[in-house]
Amino acid sequence: MASENDKSLLGWIDERFPLSSFVSEHLVKYYAPKNFNFLYFFGSLALLVLVLQIVTGIWLTMNYKPDAKLAFDSVEYIMRDVSWGWLIRYLHSTGASAFFIVVYLHMFRALFYGSFKKPRELVWLFGMVIFLLLMAEAFMGYLLPWGQMSFWGAQVIISLFSAIPVFGEDLALLIRGDYVIADATLNRFFAFHVIAVPLALAGLVVLHLVALHTVGSNNPDGIEIKKNKDENGIPRDGIPFHPYYTVKDLFGVAVFLLVFAFIVFYTPEFGGYFLEHPNFEPADAMRTPEHIAPVWYFAPFYSVLRAVPDKLGGVIAFASSVVILFFLPWLDRCEVKSIRYRSGLFKTALFVFIVSFLGLGVLGTLPATPTATIFARIFSVLYFLFFLSLPLYSGKEKTKPVPERLTHAIIPLAERQGWLWDWVRGFLAWIVATEAYRRLRDVICGYLEKFKKTCCKSHP
Amino acid sequence: MKTFIALVFLALSFGAQAAEGTLPLEKADVDVFELESVRRGAGYFVDYCMSCHSIKHLRYSRLGRDLKMSDADLRKDVMPDGAKVHESLLTSFSPDDAVKWFGVAPPDLSLVARARGPNWLYSYLKGFYLDSSPTRPTGVNNAYFKDVAMPNVFWDLQGLQKPVYTIEDGKEVLERLENVGGGKLSPKEFDQAMLDLVNFLVYAAEPAQYDRLSLGKYVIFVLLILAVILFKLKKEYWKDIK
Repeated sequence: MASENDKSLLGWIDERFPLSSFVSEHLVKYYAPKNFNFLYFFGSLALLVLVLQIVTGIWLTMNYKPDAKLAFDSVEYIMRDVSWGWLIRYLHSTGASAFFIVVYLHMFRALFYGSFKKPRELVWLFGMVIFLLLMAEAFMGYLLPWGQMSFWGAQVIISLFSAIPVFGEDLALLIRGDYVIADATLNRFFAFHVIAVPLALAGLVVLHLVALHTVGSNNPDGIEIKKNKDENGIPRDGIPFHPYYTVKDLFGVAVFLLVFAFIVFYTPEFGGYFLEHPNFEPADAMRTPEHIAPVWYFAPFYSVLRAVPDKLGGVIAFASSVVILFFLPWLDRCEVKSIRYRSGLFKTALFVFIVSFLGLGVLGTLPATPTATIFARIFSVLYFLFFLSLPLYSGKEKTKPVPERLTHAIIPLAERQGWLWDWVRGFLAWIVATEAYRRLRDVICGYLEKFKKTCCKSHP
Repeated sequence: MKTFIALVFLALSFGAQAAEGTLPLEKADVDVFELESVRRGAGYFVDYCMSCHSIKHLRYSRLGRDLKMSDADLRKDVMPDGAKVHESLLTSFSPDDAVKWFGVAPPDLSLVARARGPNWLYSYLKGFYLDSSPTRPTGVNNAYFKDVAMPNVFWDLQGLQKPVYTIEDGKEVLERLENVGGGKLSPKEFDQAMLDLVNFLVYAAEPAQYDRLSLGKYVIFVLLILAVILFKLKKEYWKDIK
C-alpha cells in the first residue's frame, strides 16, 4: 500500500518535475572511474564545508551586529551568552580554514592528475572563479569580528587598490566607503559576506558540477573511461556514483569531521593560525599592531606581494600569482594527464612548485626580515617559473606509455612502484615485527572477541 | 652569495636587538580545571584589579555557576558590596577620569588572556621594578611592558623589586629582577597568587571552555564509531569492485 502511494507520488512529481531522471542522471547513472584515491574526497568535502558555513553563518547572523560600535561585543555575546553560540562560532571560524585546506588539496589533485586539461577546461575555470570568490568571502568575513587584525588586515589589503595608477585612490575610497576602514566598510562587507558572495558561490558550484557531469570525472591514471564502453554504452571502468562513491565519500566525511571536531573542541585558535591573537583586541584606528599577518590561507599570495620592493609591482605580482592559475589548461601542452605517466622534469618542477607554495605560505605569516624577504623572492620566482616554463617543455615531454584501461580500483600495496612505496613497505614490515605491535594487536583483538561474545549473541 | 651571508647576519643582529631590554617570558602553569585556584584568582581580581579594570563580558552569576560557588561564597569572596549578581565585573570609575589620572583608560580585561597569552600575563604581573627616573610618575617600570602607565598594585604582597643590569657592548641590559623585601607573601606564595590570577583571566577570556573541553571527547567518540561503521559499509558495497 505504502509503496503504491510512493510510486504514485513520485509519478505525480515526475510529470511536473524531472526528479527521477535528475537523480538517475547525476547519481545512479553517473559513471565515475573506479580508481579514485584519497585526494578525490576533497570535492565532496568542499561541498560539505560550504553547507556547514552557510548554516552556521545563518545562526551567527541572528546575533551578530554589523556596527563598528557593537560588532566586537556582539561576537563575545555569541561566545558567552547565546546558547551553543561558542560552538556555532568555532564551527564557522574553523570551517573557514578547513574550506581552504580542502580547496587547496582539491586544486593540487587537479595539478597531479591533469584534471584541468581538455576536455575539462571549463570545470577548471569555474573552479578558479569559485576560488576567487572564496578568497573574497573569507577576506570580507574576517573584517566582521572587528578585532585589531580584522581592521589592520583589511586596511593593508584595501590600500593595495590605491597603488593602481589614475583611479586607484578613488577605487579604494569606493570599496571602503570612507577614508579609513569604518562603519560604512563593515556594513558593506557584511552585505557582501552574507548575501552577494554566497549567492554567487552557490551558482558557480552548480556550474562547476554541471560542467563536470557533462565531461565526466578524471582519475589518478588520467585515462578517459568514456573511450571504452560496453554494448550498453556504460564505461567498462566506471561504477555508478551512487551507491559506490556516496558510501565512500560518507566515510571521508566521517574522517574529516573527526579531525574537524578535534580542532573545534580542543584547539579552536589552532595556535593563533585559525583565530589570530591580536584579533581578541577590539579594532583601534589609532594603534597599529606590531606585526600585521594575514590569516594563513592568504599567506602564500601575501608573500608574493611583499617580495616585490615596489608597491604597484607588488600588487601586479600578487594579482598575477592568482590569475596565472586560470591559464593553466593552455600553459600545459602535454597530452598525458596524470603525473604517473609524465616525465621526471615535470615531476621535479611540480615538487619545486609545491615547496615554493608552502615556503611562501610560511614566510607570509612571519615578519619581513631581510632573510625572509630573500627567500620570499626566490620562492616567488620559482612559483611563476613553474607556470611560465610549462609551455616550453610540456609539448615535447618524454612520457611513459599510458595504459588503455584502468587496472585496479585500488592498487595493492605490493604492486606499487617507486622508492616512496618501498620505504612505506619497509616501515610497515618493521612495525609489524615489533613486540609493541603484537601486544597491542592482542589487546584489541581480545576486546573485540569479548565484545562479539557478549553483544552479538543471537538469542534462541 | 656574500650579500646573502651579510643579510643573514643583519637579520640575526635585528633579532638580537628586538630581544634587548626584555627578559624571556616565564612559563605560567595554567590549569582552569583547578577550580580552587580560579576562585582565589577571582578574589584577587576583584580586590586588586577591579578598581581600574573591568571584565565587562563576564557576569557574577555566570562566574559563580562556572566556578561552582554557592551564592553565599560568591557574595563573600568575590562580589564587592552593593554589586548585584546579574551584573558584569565593572569598575566604578569612568574612562574619562581614568584618562585624566593615568593618561590612558585602563583596558577591559575580558579577553586579555587570549590576546596576550597566559605566559605574558604571568611575567608582566611579576615584572614591575623600581625606576626613579623623572619620566616615571608611578616610580616603577615593567620588564615586559616598557613605560606602562599601570602602577605596581601588588607591591604589598610582592615587596619591591630592583633591576640588575649587566653591561653588554657598552650598554646596560636588564639581566634579572631582585626582590628587596617588604612583601607580605614569600616569593613562592606570590608566584602562586599570580598563577591564580592568570588562571582566572584565562577562564574569564573564554567561559565556554569548560563546556567545550568536557564535551569534545563524547563528540569524537561518536564520530569514531560513525567512521568505523561507514568504513565497514564502504567495504561491503565495494567488495566486488576489482
